Amino acid sequence: MTYLSDVAALTRKDLRVELRGRDTLPAMLLFVLSTLVVFHFALPEGSGDAAAYGLLWVAIVFTALLGLARAWVPEHEHGVLDGLVLAPCDRSAIWLGKTLATLAFLVAAQVVALPAFVVFFQPLDGAALAGVLLADIGICAVGSLMSAMAAAGRAREVLLPVLVLPLAIPLVVGGVGAAVSEEGGRFLLFLALYDGVFAVLSWASFEYVVTE
Amino acid sequence: MGLALLLALVVAPEDADQGISQRIFYIHVPIALTAYFCFGLGAVKALLLLWRGDERYDLESYVAIHQGTIFGALTLITGAIWARASWGVWWTWSSNQLVLFLVLFLFYCAYFMLRYSLEEGPRRARSSAVYALFGVALIPVSFLAIRLADDFIHPTVFTRDGPQMSGTMFATFCTCWGAVTLLAYVLYRIELAGKRLDADLRELREALQ
Repeated sequence: MTYLSDVAALTRKDLRVELRGRDTLPAMLLFVLSTLVVFHFALPEGSGDAAAYGLLWVAIVFTALLGLARAWVPEHEHGVLDGLVLAPCDRSAIWLGKTLATLAFLVAAQVVALPAFVVFFQPLDGAALAGVLLADIGICAVGSLMSAMAAAGRAREVLLPVLVLPLAIPLVVGGVGAAVSEEGGRFLLFLALYDGVFAVLSWASFEYVVTE
Repeated sequence: MGLALLLALVVAPEDADQGISQRIFYIHVPIALTAYFCFGLGAVKALLLLWRGDERYDLESYVAIHQGTIFGALTLITGAIWARASWGVWWTWSSNQLVLFLVLFLFYCAYFMLRYSLEEGPRRARSSAVYALFGVALIPVSFLAIRLADDFIHPTVFTRDGPQMSGTMFATFCTCWGAVTLLAYVLYRIELAGKRLDADLRELREALQ
């Protein structure tokens, strides 16, 4: 139980920092909306429905990257991470807290972005929405670990997309498949498998990334 | 190596459909398998590093992945040549293995970026090790993903009923595979020795100052 309450406390801390500072969420929202507008002009007249779904996924991945790039910045600016690592809680709780907070931002951004997508382009069905949610979990789980790694490096803004994008390719395959294919269930199953594998891997390896 | 080349170029019978271009199979596939093997070795060493905490594994894991990336690049090049010869295009998205290799190649290039942007030390060793472990998890997951988004242009030579080729072809293939693995191993030892020498030299220089 203490593990869960640690995680809850860490998530709450991130959400509160965001509520007071408003650094990340407004940027993600504006970014995803302006990306959708750019896509309207990037798609030539008469291009198929499927192309719009593909572009939605590009928007989702890059919005997630934007959120992840900010994820550990407050910790690094004020030396909070050292304090967190020293705190008497399991280190993986730090990762889980950060993942949940980033997930909350991403979902919040999508609560606005997906209706906007439906209005601008295509309707989305249940399978597509489930695909978006599962892919969000995957990208936040992997991304918050990669972001912690990249934050320690010299070129962190450049490094993060390079680290995360190859890992996000299967998520895009799954997500687009769930939206486009007639057998969306297979793709949802695949996304769930991805989430499981990489969440466990990130959870287990986070400790090695943050300790000196 | 020489024997393998001779077998591949002269002895093995020509494929009925693809003719001479099929011979690149004896180079392309062993290189690809060796690249997988190097990535796997890198991940095993990475796991050992995290488990035992011995600095030695860091360098070994790095060198294995370095070799894997070189062989991966060669796979992409030979694959492109083969695709050009037999399908008439340099690149095709419908070939699962080529796409998988491109994803892995990008992933392991990012590994080097990560490594060179972190400060040297145990933290860099552990971060690289974690990333290398993500790599071996990514191989089957991407494979599955690409299979799901599939198409069947690529000839599947190895099926569940065993290899679909004649005896001489299979023998040639095995020799080539052995030769490439040997080459990879020799390169691995040479690079490892070089890197160790480098590290020792740096330590000596620091001790002298």
